[in-house]
Amino acid sequence: MPAVSKGDGMRGLAVFISDIRNCKSKEAEVKRINKELANIRSKFKGDKALDGYSKKKYVCKLLFIFLLGHDIDFGHMEAVNLLSSNKYTEKQIGYLFISVLVNSNSDLISLINNGIKNDLASRNPTFMNLALHCIANVGSREMAEAFASQIPSILVAGDTMDSVKQSAALCLLRLNRTSPDLVPMGEWTARVVHLLNDQHLGVVTAAASLITTLAQKSPEDFKTSISLAVARLSRIVTSASIDLQDYTYYFVAAPWLSVKLLRLLQCYPPPEDAALRSRLTECLETILNKAQEPPKSKKVQHSNAKNAVLFEAIALIIHHDSEPTLLVRACNQLGQFLQHRETNLRYLALESMCTLASSEFSHEAVKTHIDTVINALKTERDVSVRQRAVDLLYAMCDRSNAKQIVAEMLSYLENADYSIREEMVLKVAILAEKYAVDYTWYVDTILNLIRIAGDYVSEEVWYRVIQIVINQDDVQGYAAKTVFEALQAPACHENLVKVGGYILGEFGNLIAGDSRSSPLVQFNLLHSKFHLCSVPTRALLLSAYIKFINLFPEVKATIQDVLRSDSQLRNADVELQQRAIEYLRLSCIASTDILATVLEEMPPFPERESSILAKLKKKKGPGNLPDIDDARWNVNGSTEHSENTESTNKSPPSLMADLLPTNRPRPASSSPTLLSAGTMGSSHPFTDLLNLNSTPSAGASLLVDVLSDISTPAPINVSEDNFSRFVCKNNGVIYEDQLLQIGLKAEYRQNLGRIYVFYGNKTSTQFLSFSSSVTSSDTLKTHILPTSLLNVHAKAVDPTVDGGAQLQQVVNIECLSDFTDAPVLDIQFRYGGTLQKIAVKLPVMLNKFFQPTEMTSQDFFQRWKQLGVPQQEVQTIFKAQHPMDTDVTNAKILGFGVALLIGVDPNPANFVGAGVIHTKNTQVGCLLRLEPNTQAQMYRLTLRTSRESVSQRLCDLLSDQF
Amino acid sequence: MMRFLLLFSRQGKLRLQKWFTPMSEREKKKIIRDMTTMVLARQPRSCNFLHWKDLKIIYKRYASLFFCLAIENQENELIALEVIHRYVELLDKYFGNVCELDIIFNFEKAYFILDEFLMGGEIQETSKQMVNRSIEASDMLQEDDSSEWFEVELFG
Repeated sequence: MPAVSKGDGMRGLAVFISDIRNCKSKEAEVKRINKELANIRSKFKGDKALDGYSKKKYVCKLLFIFLLGHDIDFGHMEAVNLLSSNKYTEKQIGYLFISVLVNSNSDLISLINNGIKNDLASRNPTFMNLALHCIANVGSREMAEAFASQIPSILVAGDTMDSVKQSAALCLLRLNRTSPDLVPMGEWTARVVHLLNDQHLGVVTAAASLITTLAQKSPEDFKTSISLAVARLSRIVTSASIDLQDYTYYFVAAPWLSVKLLRLLQCYPPPEDAALRSRLTECLETILNKAQEPPKSKKVQHSNAKNAVLFEAIALIIHHDSEPTLLVRACNQLGQFLQHRETNLRYLALESMCTLASSEFSHEAVKTHIDTVINALKTERDVSVRQRAVDLLYAMCDRSNAKQIVAEMLSYLENADYSIREEMVLKVAILAEKYAVDYTWYVDTILNLIRIAGDYVSEEVWYRVIQIVINQDDVQGYAAKTVFEALQAPACHENLVKVGGYILGEFGNLIAGDSRSSPLVQFNLLHSKFHLCSVPTRALLLSAYIKFINLFPEVKATIQDVLRSDSQLRNADVELQQRAIEYLRLSCIASTDILATVLEEMPPFPERESSILAKLKKKKGPGNLPDIDDARWNVNGSTEHSENTESTNKSPPSLMADLLPTNRPRPASSSPTLLSAGTMGSSHPFTDLLNLNSTPSAGASLLVDVLSDISTPAPINVSEDNFSRFVCKNNGVIYEDQLLQIGLKAEYRQNLGRIYVFYGNKTSTQFLSFSSSVTSSDTLKTHILPTSLLNVHAKAVDPTVDGGAQLQQVVNIECLSDFTDAPVLDIQFRYGGTLQKIAVKLPVMLNKFFQPTEMTSQDFFQRWKQLGVPQQEVQTIFKAQHPMDTDVTNAKILGFGVALLIGVDPNPANFVGAGVIHTKNTQVGCLLRLEPNTQAQMYRLTLRTSRESVSQRLCDLLSDQF
Repeated sequence: MMRFLLLFSRQGKLRLQKWFTPMSEREKKKIIRDMTTMVLARQPRSCNFLHWKDLKIIYKRYASLFFCLAIENQENELIALEVIHRYVELLDKYFGNVCELDIIFNFEKAYFILDEFLMGGEIQETSKQMVNRSIEASDMLQEDDSSEWFEVELFG
C-alpha cells in the first residue's frame, strides 16, 4: 500500500481503494464495486448493530464510490446517524457525506437539521464549525429557514471563538446568496461592519467577503464600511512585511484581505470626505509604487500576490474613473506588463486595458500601445492571449485607427484559431460599419470578410451589408461593381453569392452600361453559381432573376427559359418550384408597369440597432462588453454610428400591397386574389411573392425578425415613436419591445379604412388575458362637435397568444369629418404573471383619406388662384432632415396620397400635387407645392385647401417627412 | 466568489470535486468533461487563465495533477491562482511531500483540509498555521477518540 494513511487509518477503505485501482478494466471495476455495495448493504441491513467505526468506514466507502461517478441510493440514513455521534471523526464523515451527496430537496433534511441544531447549540467550536460548513455546503431553503435567524447572533456574539465567527460570516453569506429573503437585516449589520476592525485578520477577511456581498445589494446600509475599509487597507499597505506574521504571503502583506477590501470599495463611488479620499489615493499610489520596487523574492507566488493586489487597485481606479493621474499611471503600468515575460501578466494587462480604453481620461493613453497589441496578435503562442489582444484592439478602435485595426484583424483572421473566428468576424463587421468614412471601404471590408472567413460570416453580417447598401445611394454602383468582380472567382463562398444575387438584382442596372458586365453577362455569372448553392440561396437567386426581367427586358427570354426548365418548374423543393412558377407567370402576364411597381427598388430600411452588435452582445453576455458601450462613443464626441443610417428612417421593408397601383384608389373589382392566376392553384396565397423584397430563405418575415431591434418604449405612455413613419406609407412595424411586435397593414378607400393589426409574441411563453381595444383620444372626444370625427371599431381577439405566434386583429375606420388626433390602441396581457399594458397611437391620419386627382397645368393654376384666401393657405419653411433625393421625395408625395403632377410647375425642381380628402360629411380639395433649395438644404411647403384646419393638419404631417 | 474546484490527473481522472453552488449531477458531469478536455488540451507554458461561458477558469498543474478553479467574471485571477497554491501547500504540509496517491487514498482528508480553507466559495482562513492547527487538532481528536473533546478545545 503506497500511501501513508494519517490519523485513524481505515484499513478496509484503503484495501478497497487499492483493489479499485488494480482493476484492469471498467467491467472489473464495476464488478468490484457491486460486490462492495452488496456487502455494505447487507451490513446496514444486518441484525447486528454496527459500531460507529464500521458505520463511518462504510459511509466513507460509499462516498468514494459516488465520487468515482457511480450512483449511490442508500446509506444516507447511516450518514445522518453519524451526525449524532459524539466522536469527532464519525461526525466529520457524516457531514462530509451529506455535503457531497444530499441535494437540497432530500426528505432527510429535517433529520439533518436536527443534527445541525444540536451541534450549533453544543458551544463546542469544532462541532459548531462542522455544522456551519454543512449549512453552507448544502445551502437549501429548509436549512435557511431553520437557521438564518440564528447565525447573525452567533456571528456578533462577544464570546464566539474567532474560527466560528469566520464560519458564521461565510455561512451567512452563502444563505444570503441563495435565500436573501430569509436573512433578516437588523442591528447586527452595524456590528458586522465593525468586524473590519477585528484583531484577527482571518475574521476580517471573512467579514469583508460578507460585507461586499451585502453592500452590493444595499449600498446605503453599509456605507460606514468605506472608512473602515480604507483605514484597514492603509494599515496593510504601509506595514512592514513581517508585521502580519502568517498573514504575510511570500513577503506580501495580507494579499487576500487587500484584494477583498479593494473589491468592497468598488461597491461605492469615490469617498466624498476629502481626508478619506486622499488617504485612499495614497494607498493606491503606494500600491502602484510598490510595483516599481525590485521583487523581494524570485518566487512566482511573490509576484502573483503582489500583482493580484495591483490589478485589483487598478480595477478600483478604473471604477472610480475620476483621477486622471492615477488612470494614466495605471495605464503605463499595464503597458509595462504588455511586454512582460510572464504570459499571465501579458494576458491580464490586455484584459484590464480593455476597461481602461473606455475611460475618457485613458483612452488616448491606451491607444499608444497599439503596435504592441498588434504584435501580440501576431506573435503570442497562446490562443487565449491572442483572444484578449483582439478584444483590446476592438475596445481601443476609433475613427483615427479603424483602418489599421480592421486591416490587422482581417489579416489575422486568415490564420486565426477556429474557436475565435466567428466572434472576430462580428467584431470586424461592427468596426467597419461604425467607423466607415466612405462606404466603399465598408463594402470592401465585408466582402473581404466573406472571402477570408465565409463560413463564419453569420446571416446578420451579410444582411447588414445589404441593408447599408440599400440605404446609401452613393455606394450602390460601387457595390454592384465590386460584387460582380468578386463573383468572377472560380470558387466563391455561398454567402458571396447571396450578397451578389441580392445586390445585382437591385442595382445591376448601375453597371449594365459596361459591355463587360452587360445584363446577360451578369445573369450568366449568377446562374453559373446556381447549381452549387443550397435551396435558400437558389430561392434568393430566383428572386434576383425576376428583378432582372424587370431591369433588363432584353434578358427576359433567357430567364424565362431558365424558369421554364424542368429543373425549376418541377423542382422537388416546394419553395423553389413555387417561385419558379409564380415568377414565370408574373413575367408573362404582368405589364411592364405592374412589373416595375411590384419589383420596385427596395425602400430604405428603418434605422435600428445594428443586428450584429446585438448578436455580439448576446454571444458575450450583456455584462461582457464594457468595451463598446454607448458611453465610449459619447466620450469620444463621435456619433459615427448614427450618421450612416439616420438619413433613412422611414420605412420597413415594403410589402407588395403597398406597391400595387391598385391599392389606392381601389376599384371594386380588386381583391386580395388580384393576381390569383399567378399562383396556378398553389395552396400558398400570393402574398408569398412578397418574399422577393425581403430575404427569401426561411420565411416571409425573416429580415424583419433578424433585424428587429431591442428598443424598449415606455409601456405606460402612449407610444408614438413610429407614428410619423406611417404618414407616407401603410405597412410596417408600429411598435416593438422585447415581448411584443405590432405590425400594421392598412388599406383605405374613400372615407373608409381597414387596418390589419398583427400582434407577434416574441417570447416562447403564452400571453394570457390578451385584450386590445381602440379608444379615441380625449381631445377627439371633447371636440366641440357633439359627435365624434372618426368611427373606429376593433374586432374582438382571442385572449391567448401562443409563444412565437401571431394574432391578427381587424380595425375598421370611418372618417366622419376632418380630424387631428389619432386613435389609441390599448393592449393588455399577462406575461409570466405580470400584467403588461401598452398603448400605441394608431397611424390614422387625415391624409389617409386622400384620393389623388390628376389635372392639367391650366386647371391646377386656376384652382390655386381660387383658393387664394389667406386662411386657406398654410406655408412652412424647414430644414431638410434627410438627403434631398428627387426619387425619394416623389415616392413620399405619392405615399402621402395625392397625385404627383409632372410638368405643372414652371420650375422642374419643384413638386406639385393634388388630391381630395374624403370624409363622410364633406370632401376637401387640396393642392400642394414643395420647393426644395438644395444649396440651403431647405424646403418650402405650401398647402391650399378649402378648409383652414385641413391645410394646417396636412402641412404639419407632410413637413415632418423630408 | 469561487464556483467550483476540480482536481484531475493528466489522464483526466477526477480526484476531487468541490461545488460551491447547487448543481445537478448532470450539470456537474458536463462541466467536469468540459474542464478536463479544455485544460488538458492546453499547451505547456500557456497562461493559466481561460474564459468559459461567463466564468474565468484558473488552472495550474502540480506534478501529475491539474487544479482547476472557476471564479466569477469580476474576480481576481492572480489571487485565485494563489488560492490553488495555498491549498497545495496545505496538503503538502499535512501529508509531507504530497503526491496524487495521498489524495486518492485519503480523499476525505483532502476534503477536510479544503473545508478549513474555503467555505461557501470564499476564502475562510488564509493563514497556513491556522488551517494546519485545526486539521491537526481534529487528528488529535481521532487518535485519542476516548478523550473528552473539550480537552482540545484550545486548538480551535
